[in-house]
Amino acid sequence: MGIDKKSEPLNRVDGRAKVTGKAKYFAEFEVPGVTFCVMVTSAITRGTVATINTKTAERAPGVLAVFTHLNMPAIPGWAEQGNNSKLPSGGEKYRMLGSNKILFNGQPIALVIADTLERAQHAASLVTATYNKAEHNTDLLKNKEKAAMPPRMGDYSRGTDKDAHNTAPVKLKADYTVPVEVHNPMELAGILAFWEGGDKLTVYAKTQGVKSTQRTLASAFKIDEKNVQVHSEFVGGGFGMGLRTWPQEVAVAAAALKLKKPVKLVMTREQMFTLVGYRPYTIQHISMGATQDGQLTGIYHEATAETASYDDFTEGAVSMTRFMYACPNVTTKYRIVPLDRGVPIWMRGPGEATGAFALESAIDEMAYKVNMDPIQFRLKNFAETDPERNKPFSSNNLKEAYQLGSEKIGWAKRNPAPASMKDGEWQVGYGMSTGVFGAHRGESTCRAQLNPDGTLVLQSATSDIGPGTSTAMVQIAHEVTGLPIEKIRFELGNAAFPPSGSQGGSATVSSVGSAVFDVCTALKGILTEAGLTFDNGTVKPASGKSESLQDVLSKQNKTFFEVTKSSKGGEEQNKYSMYSFSIHFAEVRVHPATGVVRVKRVVTIADSGRIVSPKTAASQMIGGVTGGIGMALTEEGVIDHRFGRFVNNNLADYHVPVSADVPHIETIFIDKPDPYTNPMGSKGMGEIALIGFSAAVANAVYHATGKRIRELPITPDKVLSA
Amino acid sequence: MNQFSYVRVTSKESAIAAMAKDKTAMFLAGGTNLVDLMKSGVTNPERLVDINKLPLATIEETKTGLRIGALAKNTAVAENALVIKHFPLLSQALKAGASPQLRNMATVGGNMMQRTRCHYFYDTAMPCNKRNPGSGCGAIGGFNRMHAIFGASDKCIAVHPSDMCVALVALDAIVTVAGPKGERKIPFGDFHRLPGDTPQQDNNLQRGELIIAVDIPFNQLSANTHYLKVRDRASYAFALVSAGAAMQIKGGNITDVRLAMGGVAHKPWRLKEAEAWLKGKPATEENFRKAAELSMAQAKSQEGNAFKLTLAPNTIVEALKTAAAQA
Repeated sequence: MGIDKKSEPLNRVDGRAKVTGKAKYFAEFEVPGVTFCVMVTSAITRGTVATINTKTAERAPGVLAVFTHLNMPAIPGWAEQGNNSKLPSGGEKYRMLGSNKILFNGQPIALVIADTLERAQHAASLVTATYNKAEHNTDLLKNKEKAAMPPRMGDYSRGTDKDAHNTAPVKLKADYTVPVEVHNPMELAGILAFWEGGDKLTVYAKTQGVKSTQRTLASAFKIDEKNVQVHSEFVGGGFGMGLRTWPQEVAVAAAALKLKKPVKLVMTREQMFTLVGYRPYTIQHISMGATQDGQLTGIYHEATAETASYDDFTEGAVSMTRFMYACPNVTTKYRIVPLDRGVPIWMRGPGEATGAFALESAIDEMAYKVNMDPIQFRLKNFAETDPERNKPFSSNNLKEAYQLGSEKIGWAKRNPAPASMKDGEWQVGYGMSTGVFGAHRGESTCRAQLNPDGTLVLQSATSDIGPGTSTAMVQIAHEVTGLPIEKIRFELGNAAFPPSGSQGGSATVSSVGSAVFDVCTALKGILTEAGLTFDNGTVKPASGKSESLQDVLSKQNKTFFEVTKSSKGGEEQNKYSMYSFSIHFAEVRVHPATGVVRVKRVVTIADSGRIVSPKTAASQMIGGVTGGIGMALTEEGVIDHRFGRFVNNNLADYHVPVSADVPHIETIFIDKPDPYTNPMGSKGMGEIALIGFSAAVANAVYHATGKRIRELPITPDKVLSA
Repeated sequence: MNQFSYVRVTSKESAIAAMAKDKTAMFLAGGTNLVDLMKSGVTNPERLVDINKLPLATIEETKTGLRIGALAKNTAVAENALVIKHFPLLSQALKAGASPQLRNMATVGGNMMQRTRCHYFYDTAMPCNKRNPGSGCGAIGGFNRMHAIFGASDKCIAVHPSDMCVALVALDAIVTVAGPKGERKIPFGDFHRLPGDTPQQDNNLQRGELIIAVDIPFNQLSANTHYLKVRDRASYAFALVSAGAAMQIKGGNITDVRLAMGGVAHKPWRLKEAEAWLKGKPATEENFRKAAELSMAQAKSQEGNAFKLTLAPNTIVEALKTAAAQA
């Protein structure tokens, strides 16, 4: 049983709290006696701290402590976990302030804690260090020979003719580059931590997973999970950087334990570039073969990405290539190069966005080579079933999406010849691409409490980094129970609630929503047993009964009804290949004299099952496309490899798109329930909004100019020089 | 940030006296650049002399032109009716700079005094001759995509980041400054310096001098003006290259013209040779192209900014074309 009707567009249930300042983010919590932590970071990229002078800082007004590798309190779990870094990175495990070793530039070398933020900042400026510098490597291009297969991802190959991409009548060989990108959510990262006694820790955190933060802290301090309280009701953007509890957050908790005081850390924008992950610099080679009439015969896709010397970060840059098109011979390889850098982490759309830029650019290139419309070429090579797993898709409405999108953007009206269309001096181009991401569903638990006044409270230890989790959950509960929106409250961001996974991988609605669906369904059963029923937005006596909700509760000596349900996918997950799909269309203007590219219009279509919350889903798509514009045109973290340091680690020089870069974005939903993913028939939204978009822009730039830019971002200099 | 003391002054005399008393003191106006520099540890004044209360924010018409007080906010100048009427290029340049929030705080004098955005200047862990003379230039051989193609030295290849100053140098503005020895006037083109061997000096202001006002003489160039800023995103980004053009066109011929560029040199870069060449010639794209090529004779690029050798002349041509096309 599922939900079969279309959802009404709901306003965000927490929108008012957010715009009035009532919503509190971690740094806004005040606890009595709070102290402030400021980090001093390494000016070198590799080597050791030779000397560190903290005396002046320690004597500065208001300073409570300065922790360095010389006096940092031990973190028991860290010591126990030992050095288990595996090859090929295989370097020494990174233990912040655990030794004098420097593994990357910007690594913390001291924590300064004072009674006010300003005093901590001042004292931090008084800490001086000398170093023994060692040679460092931060440039992937100069270290390609170190590329190795990651332990967690093998090569993939299908088909009998491994060389088909080389021997086909029409061949394409091209290299694509995606630079370092930095998540840069508006809210800075950090933590507020305090202890009761030596074994009860409370933190206010910026995290995408309160349970994950709870587990990390419990294991670091070797205390019981239930003794770690994690609060994170509102998060000002994550985009992936909050999927880990970072070492500096654990270190702050250790400092709080040592000082027996609450300690708050809010990182600086510069530190956001080095200490909370990034999208890894990735170079990709695609070799593709096709027949003259446009049948793909072979694809070879190899991605080489950076990781830290101390961790083997691996992501799905080549996964789309394995199943997207009905090509008989496909080989993919993913390689990592350990560098003297902090560890990357998934960034919106993660590796799939990196891979889709290459694959969907290459598909466009090949379409032109075989003289076919890029949509027709995709349709010709359309995979009716998943060729990687040899399973049917749980649902796949891509053909309808191609149709809808091309009508909306006016695809057929364009002149398909490159550099053929103009608007005054500006060259006009249309481009499109496909995005795809696994429609994941994890295990999730939800508690429901039905109060005597007929209000329903739902609780689950999930997070909301902005997509509108509570709104979607309230909508699901409303659809199952019929209770009005204002009588339902969904509570999240507290690790004491029933467990759920982290908010990542576009899985929250599918996972937590299913638990909400199940718990509300269970609640209906409880009411039936009690002679009650949900009727037209209230709880009423069932037919033939006369006792009200209050009567029944007092008779049963209860203050409320409650039920907790755990929910997860079943056998259908093995039977079907489950993916969300998106199609992006971009219309661009390119100025031939200045190389400036402007995205003029966007049509983006999501085939993501039944849309649970139409308004917040549309906002997701708009946000994803905005991120996609950044990936396509403006965003790049630039490192001066001589120093191993970023040269644009601020929001003036690292260019996230501003309003003037973002045109009207039309969002279209196929909005057809997937029969297998979950009771709502929904599929994930967050990643597909961005995945592939950069290729749509690059393809549009090619159509506008005849220039193929294979290195992101497409800045004016690249257009001029191409 | 280091500790500092703060004093608010209400007269020119007290402002100048406060600076004379303390060699590490600095004037504070809008603070949009200085406060950032203090946070980064690049500039460490021990005393801030807040001049925001001085009566220097007026914009008034004089017999010979417009006088803009040094404390007039960028927004106030950009939106001023007299400025828009007489010197639309200045309004256009101001609106191309920064963000509305910054323009609401930033002053004319502060805009002139803003320091380069070269990252090596901002990062105290990197070499920079401008911040730390003798430490070397990080940008040479490093990240120099944003850097100078004119007038650079082997000590410094930074550019001046202002848009407003490009318009002011084109419009032959005169700067009035006051110091312990009284007032003096500096032609705008002589206000900023090329780096030479002393890149730590951005301009020719003497220590303790206070910018009072900028005078712009009337001209006949308001009908055909355009400020074109080419940048990595549509707003809130520094110029890769910008060009300001103002022309008087009669019967299809250019009778007067001013041309200047931003994002190409340590100072706003006036193109006097190109102006002289264009004067009297028909306002055609071909002539604009020739003038642009003439402007590039002394250009010299680094590894990362060679594209500017193409982009700069193109930007000049586009600015001239758009200016000429104005009604």
